[in-house]
Amino acid sequence: MDGNMLIGILAAAVTAGTPLLYAALGEIITERAGILNLGVEGMMLTGAVTGFIVAVSTGNPWFGALAAILAGGAVSLIHAILSVTFQANQVVSGLALTIFGTGLSGYLGKSYIGIPAPQTFSKFPLPVLADIPLIGPVLFNQDALVYFSYLLVPVIWFYIYKTKHGLNLRAIGENPGAADAVGINVFVLRYIYVVIGGMLAGLAGAYLSLAYAPAWLENMTAGRGWIAVALVIFATWNPLKAVGGAYLFGGVDALGYRMQAMGLDVSSFFLKMLPYIFTIIVLIFATTQTNKKHIGAPGALSLSYDREER
Amino acid sequence: MFFMVAEGLVRPAVSCITCQGDAYMTQIPLVEMRGITKRFPGVVANDNVNIEAYAGEIYALLGENGAGKSTLMNILTGLYRPDEGEIYIRGEKRVFSSPKDAIDAGIGMVHQHFKLVYPFTVAENVILGQPTSTFLDMEKVEQAIEEISQKYGLWVEPKAKIWQLGVGEQQRVEIIKMLYRGANILILDEPTAVLTPQEVRDLFATLRQMADQGCAVIFITHKLHEVMAFADKITVLRGGKSVASLKKEDTTQEELARLMVGREFSRKRIPRKPAGDETILKIENLHALNDKGRKALDGVNLELKKGEIVGIAGVAGNGQRELAEVITGLRPATEGKVWLDGRDITNRPPRQIIDAGISHVPEDRLGMGLIPNLNSIDNVALKCYRSQEVGKLLLDTACLKERAAKMVADFNVKQASLYMPVKMMSGGNLQKLLLAREISNNPRVIVAVYPVRGLDIGATEAVHELLMQEREKGTGVLMVSEDLEEIFKVADRVAVMYGGKFMGVLPVEEAEVEQIGLMMAGSPGVGGVAS
Amino acid sequence: MNNKILFLEKRGAAPAYLSFLIALLSVVFALLFGAVFLILTGHNPVDVYSLMFGGAFGSAYGLSETATKAIPLMLAGLGGSIAFKMLLWNIGAEGQLYMGAFAASYVALFHPELPIYIMLPAMFLAAVVAGGVWALVSAVPRAYLGVNETITSLLLNYVAILWVDYLVYGPWKDPKGFNFPLTAPFVEAAQLPYIGSTRIHYGLVIGLVGAVLLYFVLNRSRWGYEIRVIGESQKAAQYGGMNIRRNILLVMFLSGAFAGIAGVSEVAGITHRLQHGLSPGYGYTAIIIAWLGKLHPAAVVIVSFLFGGLLVGGYTIQTAGLPAATVSMLQGAVLFFLLGGELLNRYRIRLGFRKGGN
Repeated sequence: MDGNMLIGILAAAVTAGTPLLYAALGEIITERAGILNLGVEGMMLTGAVTGFIVAVSTGNPWFGALAAILAGGAVSLIHAILSVTFQANQVVSGLALTIFGTGLSGYLGKSYIGIPAPQTFSKFPLPVLADIPLIGPVLFNQDALVYFSYLLVPVIWFYIYKTKHGLNLRAIGENPGAADAVGINVFVLRYIYVVIGGMLAGLAGAYLSLAYAPAWLENMTAGRGWIAVALVIFATWNPLKAVGGAYLFGGVDALGYRMQAMGLDVSSFFLKMLPYIFTIIVLIFATTQTNKKHIGAPGALSLSYDREER
Repeated sequence: MFFMVAEGLVRPAVSCITCQGDAYMTQIPLVEMRGITKRFPGVVANDNVNIEAYAGEIYALLGENGAGKSTLMNILTGLYRPDEGEIYIRGEKRVFSSPKDAIDAGIGMVHQHFKLVYPFTVAENVILGQPTSTFLDMEKVEQAIEEISQKYGLWVEPKAKIWQLGVGEQQRVEIIKMLYRGANILILDEPTAVLTPQEVRDLFATLRQMADQGCAVIFITHKLHEVMAFADKITVLRGGKSVASLKKEDTTQEELARLMVGREFSRKRIPRKPAGDETILKIENLHALNDKGRKALDGVNLELKKGEIVGIAGVAGNGQRELAEVITGLRPATEGKVWLDGRDITNRPPRQIIDAGISHVPEDRLGMGLIPNLNSIDNVALKCYRSQEVGKLLLDTACLKERAAKMVADFNVKQASLYMPVKMMSGGNLQKLLLAREISNNPRVIVAVYPVRGLDIGATEAVHELLMQEREKGTGVLMVSEDLEEIFKVADRVAVMYGGKFMGVLPVEEAEVEQIGLMMAGSPGVGGVAS
Repeated sequence: MNNKILFLEKRGAAPAYLSFLIALLSVVFALLFGAVFLILTGHNPVDVYSLMFGGAFGSAYGLSETATKAIPLMLAGLGGSIAFKMLLWNIGAEGQLYMGAFAASYVALFHPELPIYIMLPAMFLAAVVAGGVWALVSAVPRAYLGVNETITSLLLNYVAILWVDYLVYGPWKDPKGFNFPLTAPFVEAAQLPYIGSTRIHYGLVIGLVGAVLLYFVLNRSRWGYEIRVIGESQKAAQYGGMNIRRNILLVMFLSGAFAGIAGVSEVAGITHRLQHGLSPGYGYTAIIIAWLGKLHPAAVVIVSFLFGGLLVGGYTIQTAGLPAATVSMLQGAVLFFLLGGELLNRYRIRLGFRKGGN
């Protein structure tokens, strides 16, 4: 394997990892607030189709991305209502969201199948940075949404660990009773963070339909929403660790396509299985590790909060 | 005088760190609750309750478990909304729609179960929910905490994570939290339940210091001697009603006891014939870890005789729960042995230990001992569903129903229907049903953890009577209790647990309260280890 | 403050009829929601719904199609119910269905010489084992290491579908199939017969028998008692001497086995071969069915017919230019309203005065 090919694979890993990264960041924020949202797949699909439709009708991918963010936030609001206000089972509500989002996106996108995206997020090198050997072509010859994720990760990390609002966020996920007792509005904050999580999932979807594989296809996320949920566990709810995880998963994804292109004598079906099998293995490994180190999920994850529960 | 009151009205949340005591000794109570009523499904937790507390006072809210004390305070702190009644702070009517409103009015509460975020540091817990700048300046907070610590003798390490602290320290964090917020109405729910006698004295010294600086301190308790030792005024709650409000000078421990339980207090020991000589359960050098993987049992030794009740005294969290779980097979022993009738049952699966004849009344009644959403019949089946009498492959529902009905009748369990989820039953009836099931197996040994916690006086009597009956039958009973009166009343011997060990095991007749108090605080006893 | 307002009051035990009412209302509300959506996207909901209803229940053909679609839904839904009862989130029914179909097809394609009375039982056995083992792939890490089975079982769906695709596009492709992704047709001995003169195959009987058996297992048997207790409280189950790990494995196996049977009933009853896109998401719909049926076998059977009708109606409306995805959207909406409605199990809505404090 020569250097160029390695750079190619690494750059592809970043590209393929970016939608996973956005979705995982969103889920980290949501789960940090104590709400498990298994509807990532549905929210991504909703974002992907909305982003594509708006980009096609306006001719501007930025409007598409914005619409995807809003659409992801809108459908996640359903999950927020059910899990925060109605105290419904969060696993089932998330599944419902995935099924609903799959249907909704299929419905809305039906007449957009096969239409090429007029304007997409295309790659452009960042001046100076792109000239750094190895790192430059891998990290700094990407599209605008990848660059945006570089900014977003430290911002979210700083927010969670270094600001008052981040402290409140972690508190409502660890012990909502304690947060409530000191006057933090658990209900409103949980709504907000579920919706922010949904917005990022929507953006992740838009990345797929406007940058990664610019087109709309039914079920085009192909399980990436679920991989993102697994990634959150792998990253131990830490946005910085999610970056490495996302690119690792992206790398497996990219590697499959490369191997096919290299004419490797393995059926493409097996190569397509790789990300799923890899995720399962990593999940098993990550769970064993977190159990050992006693760093687990936020203490109140997936438990609804009822102030007068006796 | 009027001016002072007015100032209080204008600045309702003056910190007791800054305010000067005497200025607040006004005729208007700092906090007043009038005609408070709160209903939960099936119970009236508070029924037209009135209290008033003045600045500079330590105020006791006395009552048995279930008398409605915690509900009342949850209303005052904005956690619950009252169905009826009004709250006045410095004479001004206030409606608390959330805890935030109560905090803004200067009310701070230390709950019995601390409201702390365990993975956070002390400082992070203290500033949680405080109006600070967006970017956290932890150094400033840590400094402020150290100032408060020094002023009141509430020492904690601001950078420590809560889960690394002992319960006494965690309580100090809760108090610091309130002081940092400038609370001047301090409420403490059963503050001494988890403390050693020495820690209790320190706590009240701190509370007195706060009262002297113009705060009103309200503490909730059911312990009479604490009330007499530390309170200025007392309101007694019984069955959700306030039955009396008294000054300490005008009352006696006996009167309070009578008001609290509704009849004269007795210190009598239940008469009994001597226990047998034959050892049923033998525990040797038992070691185990707690849920966090830290040492919980550190070499426990005990021989339980036939027809004997051994009371395990000690401050909660010193390994009592873990000991019960290791004996019943729910927690692995890392070292040591447990023998039942000379048979090694160490680390056997719970199923085999149940079949060997060990019954277990767990601390967590509703959740472990009983299944909240299932009905009485299904709950009764929990320990007998594997026996041949109730069916082989399919369960004989008629037989199970008959069993449940018999238990309900024999043990006087009050419930609307056998088919109702047990979570709808009162604490006393739950415990009777649980005991009925555990006794019906004709056990060799009963491990009962806090068997009367939260029960009213009638149910407590019933549970003690049942345990005594079992004793008469020759069953060995291990009873974990935090109430020395209960141990003196029921047990033959008392074992005092501290730091995962027995500090001493001695016959109840020979035990002195003072001596047990010292052992609870960690000094080795004179009674010798595991006779 | 004392305005007359609507408010929620906690209730103790909910009456039994309420669950039924909530389930019914959630379907009604989902259809209303769908109607609004259809209007917004320029369709006439009355036309669409009557087309759907007519397609599913309006003719003998429609009814038999509905019943046929109800079979895999019922089987996978029953499998889901038993796992959900224990709070095991096996959402891998889709993959377990595919693996069941794969294993049964192996028997049918590679042992065509077997007589019918051995062939069909062997196919079903193979499907039970394959579906069950596929579920164990998530159950074992869950039981021994605490690995989240929701994610693993879901991801295994993709793996199973790709595996079947590999076979039907590759080594098992019918050489006489004009390059379509399907295997050669099964011999007659490997085909489930039809019930009487209908077009409904015997998978229906298997589904109904399965429901009855599951009812007895869950509600009357010693094992079912363990499953119920574990689902309610793991602590109580351990305290009662139950082996949770063993039950996780057994229940997941059984759950996967039911989905596996759904798979064999599709290949042996309908397609008579293994093919690409064998299931239009039966395994996912089954999750909704199990929940809507409150995990009760009889209710799951009834709901399966309803959702079978929804699927058939979904095909009918495609002729009117509406996408098949309309149906999954409606399904998701049903579940949303159901979850929301369950609040009424815990609270009652009262109109009146809220006194005092507020």
